[in-house]
Amino acid sequence: MTDLIERPVSTSDGDNVDHGTETSHHHDHHGPTGIMKWLTSTDHKVIGLSYTVTSLIMMIIGGAFAEIIRAQLVSPTSNLVSFSQYNELFTMHGSVMIYLFVGPFAFAGLANYLIPIQIGAPDMAFPRLNAFSYWLYLTGSITMLSGFLVGGGAANFGWVGYAPLSSAANSPGTGADLWICALLLTGFSAIFSGVNLVATIFYLRAPGMTLFRMPIFTWNMLVTGILILLAFPVLTAGLIMLYCDRHFGTHIYTVQGGGVPLLWQHIFWFWGHPEVYILALPFFGIVTEIFPVFSKKPVFGYRGMVFATLTIAALSLGVWAHHMFTTGAVLLPFFSIMSLLIAVPTGIKMFNWIGTMWGGKVHYSTAMLMSMGFLFTFLIGGITGIFLASPPLDFFTHDTYYVVAHFHSVVMALVMGALAGIYFWAPKMTGHMMHEGIGKIQFWFLFIGTQLFTFPLYLVGLHGMPRRMANYPINPSWQTLNEWGSVGAILIGISMVLFLVNVIYSWKKPVVAGDNPWDGHTLEWFTTSPPPSHNFLSLPPIHSERPTWDYNHPDHLAIEHNHKKQAKKSAKASAASDAS
Amino acid sequence: MEETLSQLESAQESVADRSPRTKKRALALAIAAPLLLGGCELPSFGAFHGVTKTANSTFKLWQGFNVTAIVVGGITLLAMIWAIFAYRAKDKTSIPKQTQYHIPLELTYTIIPIFIVIGLFAATVVVENQVVDEPAPNATINVTAFQWGWKFTYPGHKAVVVGQTTQSPIMVMPENKNVLINLRSTDVIHGFYVPEFNFSRYAQPGLLNTFTFNANKTGMFDAQCTQLCGLYHTLMYFRVNVVSQAKFDAWLRAKDASTTQQEVIDANSAIALENNAGVAVNPTKSNGDGAN
Amino acid sequence: MKFEGTVLTLLGVFYGLMGAVYWIWSKDDTGGVMLVGALALGLLPGLYLLWWYRRSGKRLRTEDRQDATIEEGAGVISSFPDSSIWPFVFAMGCFMGVLALVFGTWFAFPAIALGVMAMAGFTAESRRGGDI
Repeated sequence: MTDLIERPVSTSDGDNVDHGTETSHHHDHHGPTGIMKWLTSTDHKVIGLSYTVTSLIMMIIGGAFAEIIRAQLVSPTSNLVSFSQYNELFTMHGSVMIYLFVGPFAFAGLANYLIPIQIGAPDMAFPRLNAFSYWLYLTGSITMLSGFLVGGGAANFGWVGYAPLSSAANSPGTGADLWICALLLTGFSAIFSGVNLVATIFYLRAPGMTLFRMPIFTWNMLVTGILILLAFPVLTAGLIMLYCDRHFGTHIYTVQGGGVPLLWQHIFWFWGHPEVYILALPFFGIVTEIFPVFSKKPVFGYRGMVFATLTIAALSLGVWAHHMFTTGAVLLPFFSIMSLLIAVPTGIKMFNWIGTMWGGKVHYSTAMLMSMGFLFTFLIGGITGIFLASPPLDFFTHDTYYVVAHFHSVVMALVMGALAGIYFWAPKMTGHMMHEGIGKIQFWFLFIGTQLFTFPLYLVGLHGMPRRMANYPINPSWQTLNEWGSVGAILIGISMVLFLVNVIYSWKKPVVAGDNPWDGHTLEWFTTSPPPSHNFLSLPPIHSERPTWDYNHPDHLAIEHNHKKQAKKSAKASAASDAS
Repeated sequence: MEETLSQLESAQESVADRSPRTKKRALALAIAAPLLLGGCELPSFGAFHGVTKTANSTFKLWQGFNVTAIVVGGITLLAMIWAIFAYRAKDKTSIPKQTQYHIPLELTYTIIPIFIVIGLFAATVVVENQVVDEPAPNATINVTAFQWGWKFTYPGHKAVVVGQTTQSPIMVMPENKNVLINLRSTDVIHGFYVPEFNFSRYAQPGLLNTFTFNANKTGMFDAQCTQLCGLYHTLMYFRVNVVSQAKFDAWLRAKDASTTQQEVIDANSAIALENNAGVAVNPTKSNGDGAN
Repeated sequence: MKFEGTVLTLLGVFYGLMGAVYWIWSKDDTGGVMLVGALALGLLPGLYLLWWYRRSGKRLRTEDRQDATIEEGAGVISSFPDSSIWPFVFAMGCFMGVLALVFGTWFAFPAIALGVMAMAGFTAESRRGGDI
């Protein structure tokens, strides 16, 4: 039942990355097979893949909801779905995407697979907790979606579940309870993932892998883990109180019993805004891995990148009430300056990504195209977000399609980041390449579709169209803009179909990837594809944040801009230390 | 733009002597642009010009933010496009110079944004203080939101306007006067949103929200609930009718003299809603005569 | 260990300062309390790590040393369970538990049964496998 895990000894001899394949049969798995293997596995790679696949299925389900919503909005008086069905659809679209796709995909899917490999660890720190957290996530997802099967339908109060609309009186029915309970399950699942990430990164790094030699993806996942631990317990507590209000007769969020409905918004957004960064940071990490590899350069401003990530973590807990400016009951200047300030570290990241490509040799692979698409879309989403940090501007854009367009720019950028990650790491995970041609066609559908989808929505929001409306006033310009938005949504839908085609095609016609198809920088490219049980048969020496690159290209180590001065200084320093 | 490009390019070359001056110029440009251009004729960037005093200042702030965003975003975008296209690899194997740090450049794009943010914050605070300011009111309107409609009452007068779903009630208010709105909700959270006033505020149970409008244009303005409030949120329209003080007074007097209550709740609307298709979405029927 | 602890402690201190400014300025208890909670959540693990660092004689681990070689870290580092059914069983117990919250208390019986089984399984497994 138990494996004794040994760290491999370094192979500093040999110039060939392809070591270890011939000895891999020593590490063949013995134990359960078939479905029992899936049910009992505590291997982070199996769990990571389960997470990735499950969350992608959730993305497709959530995307299908979105397509129905866009179809409904093509005409102002459409009755494709009824009002109550429409309310259920956008609630579940938001809930599935936020709670079941974007977060779990990043901080539990890719992170689970990659973090131990990137830091040279054999597994996550708590493998059984890791498996437990996946099963909680899966059952939570089933719980949430089963809302459609019960009488009264799924939850229909928006993914934010504002009190008192979410009270027993205003939203009776089991759908709402299923929603709450699903969030309890997935919330705990996220907390356990956070514990695992932080513990793994703190305690299982390979020798020489100091914190400032960790890949940026690992750094971002560490900060994500910390933010999960700070934010998710608050949401869980809020949900338990909501459940008590609904079933045990407490009056925490109801005026009638002396409660305060506003409390829910405080609690929800105290989780909700760090959550935005919990969602975003992993994808920042993904593209920060991809830009350097396909520019054949180290990431520009590594230390600045880490500093920016930590600054985002610090500020992200002080911005929650910018979602509540229009309540008229929050301190406007405090949240305004905090929200504006958080643009600064985000801007640093943006410039560092550009700086990474600058002067490099940029290869247009699908993963890189997706990352570039991320960069552009995130620039749009980021800049339009700055407007919302200003209370007077938030007053007239709040709860309109402007806000919807803003965060869809952001999350569609994250989706591009997710796909970039899949195209980048699929060879490592499966041992086979994804088809680049289909991937590039998919990228163009996704990229054009995203812009076509968000730009009209910005405008229709500024023209005064509120969100979450099943029908809207008969107004030619609103209708035209909504039609364009729906065309964009269809293109995005086609791109997702192309993605599925690509997955099936690459599966049926496998092209062997080899251990290091992209000339990667970090440790995962040093091991086999897919990695053996417990990940490594040998490890290279770790002298920087890109050990595999240093091993393969010992003559091309990272340098500072004024590296000659630097070299003189370090020569002096080493001379001094020799003397002492 | 060129300056910033060259500034970024200096990551490649040695630190050019002119770079501090370029940075200063870029900084001055970024901060001064919204202020300088604020006086000129600027496009609306998609938003309403606004028909109240505060809506006008909000609109100006919106323009300032947009100019800043276009300058900063444009520079970033140009740098991005340049980096993507100018450095496209021509062969598979060659390895570029492995530059990782350029501390002066990194500090530049940390410090300049901080100044921009402080500028934006200062402008925000000025406008925000105008928007949330509550001068002595010339008239008061009590607005109560409920599922799914609005009720407008005028303290000291008998006038009451109520309407729900397909009827859109009309809030009558005088022009060029400080009108104090007392906003309440009887059940869940609603959003009181008048697009052309460039303003919205939640109507919340157990919480009184007050704010002042000073409309500087007469006319009828569409308005709507923005915060999801349940099944018929989609249909929670109302309208605002801004009239001259004389007309407003005449309307109030007429209501005071009238013996019939203005509370009308259309029973048909509920029936119409059942089959969704028959809903007149554009609020054509209105309740209350709207002082025309 | 030192740097990890410092990062968490500093984050906690920042939340504390931000919380102090916010609480005094806004007089909003909800946010104030939550930020003080964040302060505690930063300090708790941060100070624990720093305390552990002091206790271990301020020695740097191999993963904290710039010049450590892979050979120094070779050898057994821990025992990891190779496979285990109990996480799945325990999660099914939790699933039944929340279904009890939604559909009725009778779901609580399988929930408790599965939970107890899984707990026993976890414990037995750890004892059997704990050879380090």
